[in-house]
Amino acid sequence: MDLNWNLLVQSIVIGIASGSLIALIALGYTIVYGIVELINFAHGEVFMMGALCAITVVTATSVTSQSSWPAIVAVAIFGFMIAMAFSAGINLGIDRIAYRRLRSAPRLAPLIAAIGFSFILQNIGIYWKGSNTVSPPALIPQKYRAYNVLNEWFGLDTKIRIRPLDLMVVGVTIPLLIALTMFVYRTKTGRAMRATAQDRDAAALMGIDVNRTISIAFLLGGALAGAAGFIALYYNNSARYQMGFRYGLFAFTAAVLGGIGNMTGAVVGGICIGLVWAISDGFMRTLIDGWGAQWTPSVIFGVLVIVMIFRPSGLFGEHTDKV
Amino acid sequence: MAIAQATVSGGMRTQLRDFTSRRWLMAAIIIPLAFLYPIFDKWLGIGRIGSFEAILIYCILAMGLNVVVGYAGLLDLGYAAFFAIGAYTNAFITSPSSYFVLKGWIPEFVQHFWVAIAISWAVAALFGVLLGAPTLRLRGDYLAIVTLGFGEIVPNFFLNADKITGGTQGINLIATPPTIPLPGNHELSFGVTDQRNWFWLILVVLLFSLVLILRMKSSRLGRSWVAMREDEVAAASMGINLVRSKLWAFGLGASFAGFAGSLYAAAFTYVGPDQFLFSVSVMVLAMVILGGMGNVYGVIVGGILVGGFDRILADELNRPMQWLGGRIGYSGMESHDLGTDRFLVFGLALVVMMVARPEGLLPSQQRKRELREKPPSEGGPPIVVDLEATT
Repeated sequence: MDLNWNLLVQSIVIGIASGSLIALIALGYTIVYGIVELINFAHGEVFMMGALCAITVVTATSVTSQSSWPAIVAVAIFGFMIAMAFSAGINLGIDRIAYRRLRSAPRLAPLIAAIGFSFILQNIGIYWKGSNTVSPPALIPQKYRAYNVLNEWFGLDTKIRIRPLDLMVVGVTIPLLIALTMFVYRTKTGRAMRATAQDRDAAALMGIDVNRTISIAFLLGGALAGAAGFIALYYNNSARYQMGFRYGLFAFTAAVLGGIGNMTGAVVGGICIGLVWAISDGFMRTLIDGWGAQWTPSVIFGVLVIVMIFRPSGLFGEHTDKV
Repeated sequence: MAIAQATVSGGMRTQLRDFTSRRWLMAAIIIPLAFLYPIFDKWLGIGRIGSFEAILIYCILAMGLNVVVGYAGLLDLGYAAFFAIGAYTNAFITSPSSYFVLKGWIPEFVQHFWVAIAISWAVAALFGVLLGAPTLRLRGDYLAIVTLGFGEIVPNFFLNADKITGGTQGINLIATPPTIPLPGNHELSFGVTDQRNWFWLILVVLLFSLVLILRMKSSRLGRSWVAMREDEVAAASMGINLVRSKLWAFGLGASFAGFAGSLYAAAFTYVGPDQFLFSVSVMVLAMVILGGMGNVYGVIVGGILVGGFDRILADELNRPMQWLGGRIGYSGMESHDLGTDRFLVFGLALVVMMVARPEGLLPSQQRKRELREKPPSEGGPPIVVDLEATT
């Protein structure tokens, strides 16, 4: 049987783009889990709030794709920053309101509170933007939306399409990942985070302000979710109050696949889940009759269940004693 | 301490203590009142029997989830999956438009409400055990996420396997119970318009489930759940088979969802994939948490409160609230629909209870002590408890 190579490569391209988006969200789960051992179930909704905030900010500036290039770039960066700050603030707020009080409670208590917050934030999303899908104001000029980088820049004659949007997702994600890695491994605060993750009591004895370090972890995770929210908004050209649920669970699957608590693992897991997602959405229907995007959630949750059962420590499982 | 207590005073003595005269009195007042509700409803023209049918079914669900979460201490976030399995099993067996019936695979005598409810009960329990078997060695929060994944896969399957399940359209024409003849010229029929009889039927199933759960709780198995919840290692060293106890909790907990699902399908003669979303699992969890994990009476109260908001209060309060909004000239309030606040209410119920009163409104005393004390080892217990060692 002939493989449809074009479709396979195309699926891989899309998979890498959406995978890096998932990786950003997965990092938020992993950073928080690494330090407080809490599955921050509301993280997907923090991401959704970032996307809704980005719509509001960009709409308020009334800049559109017809505006001049500097204006578009300035608004994009501004919206991106505000979305990050907003999501970071929400994540920190949730920690202050509930999780902090439940630090010494049985492990399921903060998880149940997190589920509660996830529902509260979804309802706020409904109040904010209604219960239907909303589109952001177009920022990318029409010409570049269906533009194939491979044809136009490299003059290749191929059906495979890489859009500027795909490049942009990867191009925004990689610097963020580098910045995060630098922060965690090169700064004093980063070292404090790693120490707290290893042993909270010992870290406190060494003079680390544990509560402040935990707050920073929530801030960082929230900021990454906000960034992902902005990117997802423009990548999918839509947002909805429910978007956080599916993205959140996919990202959680990615974090678990990579080994929760492990940052490299979250990125690799994110790319893997992105690939599975894109291949199941596109390429699989050439192999299996009647396959379609509607089965993708089942496949990814199947991956989640299987990884949890057979290798709960994930691919990069050196963190096993913590997980 | 609590373990020793439970073990010594098990069996008949717990039974006697549970049914002190005060409880008998309460039961003697509340149960007849509940049975008489349809008559009040008719007299006063309330017209809410249909809503109460759904609320009572959700109460059965909450009681079943309480077995898993409250007694055994295993957080199940995919409980709606078992509800769906119960409902679809009934539909597969009894609906004349079901794929299996059309193929002639279901014998005539099985296509009957009472047979179907028994089969749904068993199938849901079977799936509970099937899901439980590979996952029970996981630590609490991981187990919760696996059950959540399962809870997403099941409705996704029912939605997409449209050859068998009718896809988004679901399955209708599900069998209702046969008419029961009564002395004199009366009969109890269960048509779509016989809401009163349906209400009574569901109430009877609820009371039956309640008796089963109370008996289970004070049985050897029920006491082993409590011991296991408090301290797995101690329970295992006392000779409790952790795997078996947990599997029973999962299976029996799921079986009540099978009951509830089967009743739900028959009472509304329709099943569809959008009735079993994650929000249903969370709503039922909110009932259990609000009422009080581990106390079945509290859970019923929680079910009536949360279900009452979902099905009745949101509806009834809309008009007065919109009227008030019009009077004070606040257009947001005038055009607001309280039905859109459901998620906020479930979410707040979970967060507020966890922060302020984790033991619930009507707590089980034993659970309250556990929730108020610090975990046994602050350093974090080992995640993967080796259950094999105890078998």
